[in-house]
Amino acid sequence: MQISFNWLKEYIDLELNAYELQELMTKAGVTVEHVQATNKGIEKVVTAKVLEKMKHPNAEKLSICQVTTDGQTTMQVVCGAPNVAAGQTVAFALPGAHLPDGIKIKKAKLRGVESNGMICSSKELGIDPEKIPPEQKEGIVILPDDTPLGVSITEIMGLDDYILELDLTPNRSDCLSVLNVAREIGALINKPVKIPAINSSENEEDIHNLAQVSIKDSQLCHRYCAKMVKGVAIKPSPFWLQHRLQCAGVRPINNIVDITNYILMELGQPLHAFDYHEIAGHKITVRRAEENETIVTLDNVKRSLTNDMLLICDDKRPVAIAGVMGGENTEVTEQTTDVFIEAAYFQPTSVRKTSTRLGLRSEASIRFEKGINMETVTYAVNRAAALMQELGGGEIVGGIIDEYPTPHQIVTVDLELAKVNQVLGTNIKNEEIKDILLRLNFELLQESDTTITVKVPPYRPDVSIAEDLIEEVARLYGYDAIPDTLPFGPSSQGRLTAGQRIRDQIINKMAGLGLHEVVNYSFINKNNDDKLGYAADDIRRQSVAILNPLSEEQSHMRTSILPGLFHTMLNNINRRNENLALFELGKIFLLQHELDTKTLANERWTLGIVLHGKNATTWQQAGVEYDFYYLKGLIEALLVDLKIDDARYIPCRDNSIYHPGRAAYLVIDDISVGVFGEVHPQIADNYGLKGRSYAAEIDVDLLIEHGAGRIQASLLPKFPSVTRDLAIVVDEKIASHDLKICVKKAGGALLNDAAIFDVYQGDQIAAGKKSIAFSLLFQADDRTLTDEEINVVYNQIYAALQKDYQAELRA
Amino acid sequence: MQEELKKIKQIARQAIADAKSLDELGELKIKFLGKKGELTTILKGMGKLSAEERPIIGQLANEVRDEIGTALEEMQMRYKNAALEHRLANESLDVTLPGKALATGTKHPLTQVVDEAKQIFMGLGFEIAEGPEIESDHYNFEALNLPKDHPARDMQDTFYISPDIVLRTHTSPVQVRTMEKKQGALPVKIICPGTVYRKDDDATHSPMFHQIEGLVIDEHITMSDLKGILAAFTKQMFGSDVKIRLRPSYFPFTEPSAEVDISCIMCGGQGCRVCSHTGWLEILGSGMVHPNVLRAGGYDPQKVTGFAFGMGVERIAMLKYSISDMRLLFENDVRFLRQF
Repeated sequence: MQISFNWLKEYIDLELNAYELQELMTKAGVTVEHVQATNKGIEKVVTAKVLEKMKHPNAEKLSICQVTTDGQTTMQVVCGAPNVAAGQTVAFALPGAHLPDGIKIKKAKLRGVESNGMICSSKELGIDPEKIPPEQKEGIVILPDDTPLGVSITEIMGLDDYILELDLTPNRSDCLSVLNVAREIGALINKPVKIPAINSSENEEDIHNLAQVSIKDSQLCHRYCAKMVKGVAIKPSPFWLQHRLQCAGVRPINNIVDITNYILMELGQPLHAFDYHEIAGHKITVRRAEENETIVTLDNVKRSLTNDMLLICDDKRPVAIAGVMGGENTEVTEQTTDVFIEAAYFQPTSVRKTSTRLGLRSEASIRFEKGINMETVTYAVNRAAALMQELGGGEIVGGIIDEYPTPHQIVTVDLELAKVNQVLGTNIKNEEIKDILLRLNFELLQESDTTITVKVPPYRPDVSIAEDLIEEVARLYGYDAIPDTLPFGPSSQGRLTAGQRIRDQIINKMAGLGLHEVVNYSFINKNNDDKLGYAADDIRRQSVAILNPLSEEQSHMRTSILPGLFHTMLNNINRRNENLALFELGKIFLLQHELDTKTLANERWTLGIVLHGKNATTWQQAGVEYDFYYLKGLIEALLVDLKIDDARYIPCRDNSIYHPGRAAYLVIDDISVGVFGEVHPQIADNYGLKGRSYAAEIDVDLLIEHGAGRIQASLLPKFPSVTRDLAIVVDEKIASHDLKICVKKAGGALLNDAAIFDVYQGDQIAAGKKSIAFSLLFQADDRTLTDEEINVVYNQIYAALQKDYQAELRA
Repeated sequence: MQEELKKIKQIARQAIADAKSLDELGELKIKFLGKKGELTTILKGMGKLSAEERPIIGQLANEVRDEIGTALEEMQMRYKNAALEHRLANESLDVTLPGKALATGTKHPLTQVVDEAKQIFMGLGFEIAEGPEIESDHYNFEALNLPKDHPARDMQDTFYISPDIVLRTHTSPVQVRTMEKKQGALPVKIICPGTVYRKDDDATHSPMFHQIEGLVIDEHITMSDLKGILAAFTKQMFGSDVKIRLRPSYFPFTEPSAEVDISCIMCGGQGCRVCSHTGWLEILGSGMVHPNVLRAGGYDPQKVTGFAFGMGVERIAMLKYSISDMRLLFENDVRFLRQF
């Protein structure tokens, strides 16, 4: 809502300037987003009369005019407007004048002819081109003949004003009315508002003899009033009215249409003006539309309707969509003489649904759908008729049609006075509470020492319970005046759940290991299922689809953490960030059944890791290429941090995302909690990833469930340990993990650790074989081991390896 | 003998003075003071001396030995120092070269903001509550005093999964779920950080973003408590000189409602481009929990009151880290991420 500051001042005596008013209103909850001066720097532009117009000798489109600003002295000016003519009163920029956007007018010669100033168009005076009325679109502004000369144009056109741009919350739709905004200000500064009096005369006729109205659906139309004005002259509105509409963001059209818009802005009551003679049978019926009934609306669009939409019809056809937009067939035109003015109350939800369905939001519909003031419908239509008489010169037909089948329900609210301070933490006196409510036009119906009952003003549909009244009191008392306190009562303990703590720990650890955390959208393109090579029956194809996505790219909830990470990798690589170590801890969304509101989706916290390129290159060392074992090292480091020491790794050959020979499942408690490895070359290719990439997906919820590690410290050994190396040659297919198990088993209690320190395949050993070297740590709790003892165990270990894996000692 | 001793002393001193290296000094030590050294050799003749001479010669011999020893040590020390100085002088590094490249990963700025908020609110006695992102219409809207057809639903453009299931548009459903779980127990004191979704995508809106919401329910909770908690939070989050301002506003789930501004952290409230020259930055929505919401969560609005607040994590991250374009937060360019 945009409001002219000067317009507001018609209803209330204001000593504040526009900016002070902005501060005051904003603090009380009706936010004034911007204050904008309508005079955009105009100086020395005055009204002048064109005395004479001559053709310019050297230019086809220019004319030479003699103008006067005082009726005595004349000035010569060259004008390029086609519509300039002798006898007109115009806006004349004197030499030295300032126009909007810093333009300065100087004496000049135009094609050899002296020009002292400029005759201005609306656009040159800073009027928003979209708000310029039709008659001012081409050429200069022509002012009424009776305009005094030599007066500042800003005064004549009302430009010395400010536009207040309100940012209204949905509950304060009452402020979609200049008068109601004045009421709000009145409550804030404790001054009365002046409601315009209606001084008009009506003719001897009775409107009931000229037109009939019948409401067929009183659920959707609660009230329908009408007035008539006959013999009006359709012409442009006076500048003061045009200016106020322009400030409100409305383009002036002609006096009748402008008046309906003016009343809409002033009172928040949408009106519709019909050309009386176009209403077939002079009978209005308010009814629901037939299925697929059509109407061409004022914007020249044919609309197809449904049965739940309300129509205004004449004897033959629909003439308006109730509360949304009028029909082309009955609109006011240049030829109109007699006007039928409609003012009604249509049911808010119905208007909202209709306008949403038709994609047609109008100044009328946004007011109806919030609920307008049902008690001022007749006032609005009477005021409109009076203005039409004043500005259009017609006569008002006697009487008023007022069909009112569904009367306004008066809303009353009880307020326990003590509750105000209990909720706000303030110490406001009862008298002040009552005073504030009275200032806001709440009517005191009943009163005891502890409780009051108030009647809510009919333009405040947002107030219905005691808490609403408390807010009203609070905002006028001032939120600034509410003290700062801390909750009183038993202290509570802030804490994280185990899951939250472990997730934080994982993020900290991954960042500590040199990876950058990323955040990707949870919704992805469904085509990722194919890009990731999922089989037809893969459970990950069962994703949650969004009914109204912004795009295909964001249409399905992810069932894997990887697509986002792959895209992030690609985006970075395309920007020449080729060495990447990234992770994301986010949710994936699995669907194991038809979604319903009870069980919803299976949302699982998942850690995703991707690696590409190599780690940092320095002057001392070239960067190390990321590989499977780098990735596994990251995972092992994470598990160490989480105190999980019983993880196993099983080759993963059946996951389409991964290289079948270079991927593993991470297994804890016999449950696979994750998978990681080199990205399958075909999948990498599908995502446009060049070179080898590595990826991991770990189900963090499973990790938390199965891997809750606890630290149990053991004593340090009292006796020295002994290290012996054992290098063996075995078949290359034998997994090191199996060898290690064999070593540990054979080593028994005295073997404390067996670490692999070398793996070799190559020229020095037979093809198809590999060498693995263990560093064996022997240790006893109660004595220093002798060489003899160690030799026995060492030989046992070797013997076991020989027996189980045909191992040979490496020469 | 006296003469001999004096002679040795003189020869030794000369030799020590002439010595060229630590090794040479070592040899001299053996030559003069060693078990088979010259001084010892002379002293072997002591037995032949008279009882009167013996103490005199003995004292002289000791003096000579000490003197030679001291001279040797001094000279050794000099050489050691010289060697050390020489070594230090030749071992200088370019300390301006970079160190070993150790792992330096980063947490996403959004995570950092959430972490910081969690720490602050845990210090104020709040628990952290979470809930599903795919949420029922009931928890996302209806239980929050937003029945179907409520005009305020227009405030939030919603992604629908089905007519009854949505991508949560705020983390407020977690508040209702927590209330239900608590079954009327007091106090309720939680924050709910999480991912939320709205159908909006432009320079200042992302269809997925993050919120932190808070809820406190107890007997005697007041709007002044809300102000106090938010003042404590904003001071820790943005600095102790930051002021807050509450303005009346509207949210369907609170009544009274308040928009919360902080004094601009860029200009200190003087007015600048960031705060649109108002001196204030809008960062939070808040209010006293609407009685309908308390009822939906199983609490009696006659007996308890509560307050709730919510903020956008992106907004706070952008203010805190001077991020001028929100899209940077979701582009995940490592050159951006590395800065955190």
